[in-house]
Amino acid sequence: MSEHRVPFFTTGVKVLCVLALAGIAGLVARFVFGLGAVTNLDDQYGWGLWIGIDVACGVALAAGGFTTAFIAHVMHRDHFHSVVRPALLTAMLGYTFVAFAVFVDLGRYYNIWHVMLPEMWQGNSALFEVGICVMSYLTVLYIEFLPIVTERFMGRVNLPGFWARLNGGIEAVLRFLDRTLNRVMTFFIIAGVVLSCAHQSSLGTLMVIAPTKLHPLWHTTILPLQFLLSAFAVGLAMAIFESILASRSLKHPLEMKVLSPLGRMIPFLLTVYLGTKFIDMVTRGSYVHLLEGSLQSYSWMAEVLLGILIPGAIFMAHRLRRKPAWLFAGSALVVLGVVLNRVNVFIIGYKPVYGDGPYVPAWPEVVITIGMIAMIVLLYRLFVFIFPNITAEGAPHHA
Amino acid sequence: MASRRDFLRHAGFLTGTAVAATTGVKKAAAAHGPHIDDDRMGVLCDFTLCIGCRSCEYACSEAHDLPHGDFTDYSAEDAVLESYRRPTPDDLTVINRFSPAKGHDEPFHAKYNCLHCDHPVCVSACIVGALEKNARGPVTYDAWKCIGCRYCIQACPFQIPTYEYDDALTPKVVKCDLCQDRTLEGGIPACVDICPQETMVFGRRSDLIKLAHERITVHPERYVDHVYGEHEVGGTSWLYLADRSFQDLTLPEVPDESPAVTTERIQHGIFRGFSGPLMVFALVSVIMKSAGRNPEETQEDDHE
Repeated sequence: MSEHRVPFFTTGVKVLCVLALAGIAGLVARFVFGLGAVTNLDDQYGWGLWIGIDVACGVALAAGGFTTAFIAHVMHRDHFHSVVRPALLTAMLGYTFVAFAVFVDLGRYYNIWHVMLPEMWQGNSALFEVGICVMSYLTVLYIEFLPIVTERFMGRVNLPGFWARLNGGIEAVLRFLDRTLNRVMTFFIIAGVVLSCAHQSSLGTLMVIAPTKLHPLWHTTILPLQFLLSAFAVGLAMAIFESILASRSLKHPLEMKVLSPLGRMIPFLLTVYLGTKFIDMVTRGSYVHLLEGSLQSYSWMAEVLLGILIPGAIFMAHRLRRKPAWLFAGSALVVLGVVLNRVNVFIIGYKPVYGDGPYVPAWPEVVITIGMIAMIVLLYRLFVFIFPNITAEGAPHHA
Repeated sequence: MASRRDFLRHAGFLTGTAVAATTGVKKAAAAHGPHIDDDRMGVLCDFTLCIGCRSCEYACSEAHDLPHGDFTDYSAEDAVLESYRRPTPDDLTVINRFSPAKGHDEPFHAKYNCLHCDHPVCVSACIVGALEKNARGPVTYDAWKCIGCRYCIQACPFQIPTYEYDDALTPKVVKCDLCQDRTLEGGIPACVDICPQETMVFGRRSDLIKLAHERITVHPERYVDHVYGEHEVGGTSWLYLADRSFQDLTLPEVPDESPAVTTERIQHGIFRGFSGPLMVFALVSVIMKSAGRNPEETQEDDHE
């Protein structure tokens, strides 16, 4: 395991703790006083920051889980294994918080289980598809994570004192899991890819239902395809982004031999994504809205320029791709671009029939969103400390 | 529909949930919209007859056990009409005032409430089927099923559903229910019942469309030649007549086809018989079997 010990608490971690605590305070207020008290949502803007950022961006940025699994396990590109586990952890934590954010946003959160009741299934609803797939995929992610747990603790279960009597039982369970998981993991890896493709795209179908309310720069029937393609690209970008961040924070060496080739795949994915955007734009003639000088037109341009063209160029340049700073900048821009796209589709581009001005989140909404992001980062760190075998540095050598 | 049933069945298989209960499957027909009776009911609302007395607002609140003042207050409080209003959880229908028609002195009024679409976008969007289209006309809401996702608010082309944001525990989606307690029992809606001007006519939707066009034919000087709701998003139970463009009365311009047709086509196209996901599963499996190991690729980047 790690030779050099990094302390869990650093200044940054303490700041994150404060932000997380503020978020928890906000959450308490939301559940005690209701959505009206802590949000700027109304009968025009039914969805705000939590759906736009926490849910839509959360799902997109957690795409690294299935994209890296596809490359490493399905394509058998074995040397990419070292990014699979960190990406899996991000996906697991990301989706857990997506589910939690939905719970927070729901007016009748205690009814969330209704989505699982066959008699209430509503196959016409894209949201139903998203809901059922996210629930299933979350389960798959937990199963995919189990080998990390068995690997970490098998043969090391040593509870002290009173609990010691459980050691044998836990050990047996871990060994059983380890044996069983080995046999069924292929199924779950493929199921994870399928479920991801299904709900990443259905998330894009959500706003297709409002052709008169979503700005024409984004409203298209191929929005689900665009959401899926951008999820592929941002999945890999997130894997690079978080790997560099984690390496710096945990003082591990950068894995450039894995990250550079990963970055090389991104321009291809971005080109396909951009291609659908341009072909769609020309087909629908929506380019006329580019010069209308509205917030929406600028936001579209920022999304394409900052999030697709510039990072695409960075990743295409062989020289830049090998430099950690450029690799980091490129991946950060792809992440920014996809975040901007989701915000555009769900918030900036959404114009309700009688909306009087843009929706701007209330400050408690912001505090809660930032708090939840802080919690994800803290949990990521906590997991890496408990399970050093997540990172390549702490992992036993893969067969 | 078979496709829907198949989707449910396979989704059940995937989530490991028992699938015996596929009740409620009949209630929605894919792509064609929900089942509706040919003689379903509707309301023809002739804005040119409305005098803005707001009796309908009073009757509505009273019929739905919502807070309301005295009946006389409604017609007396003229100031209310000076600002533009939208329905709220406490006012399922509202009247708004507009400038008089050319050559008239009296202001013009329009009434706003749920139009009860034939192929309702909110019903198609609803994640748990809390919103349903009754074959007789009303779009109804079941708060017990509702999870409070508010996708209906995002989806509705008329921006009608309102939400009890201030209720921390049991917030409801609130909108006109076409007085389903009365109308499904043979009665007429409270607003129609009370109107002193007979602005509204309640009846069979097909008859009302004929009536609306007759009025336009007889009094072409009185109406624009447009029955709002006849074709809007596939047709609505409420039908409006006016002397001016409906956009001037803040009613949105919407396509003739329900947007739900497109999204249902996408959903059922991808998930028909669960074929899409199964194909992806098969494809990924084949790739997994056939893709060779290529350990050298790492070096490639460095050699370029």
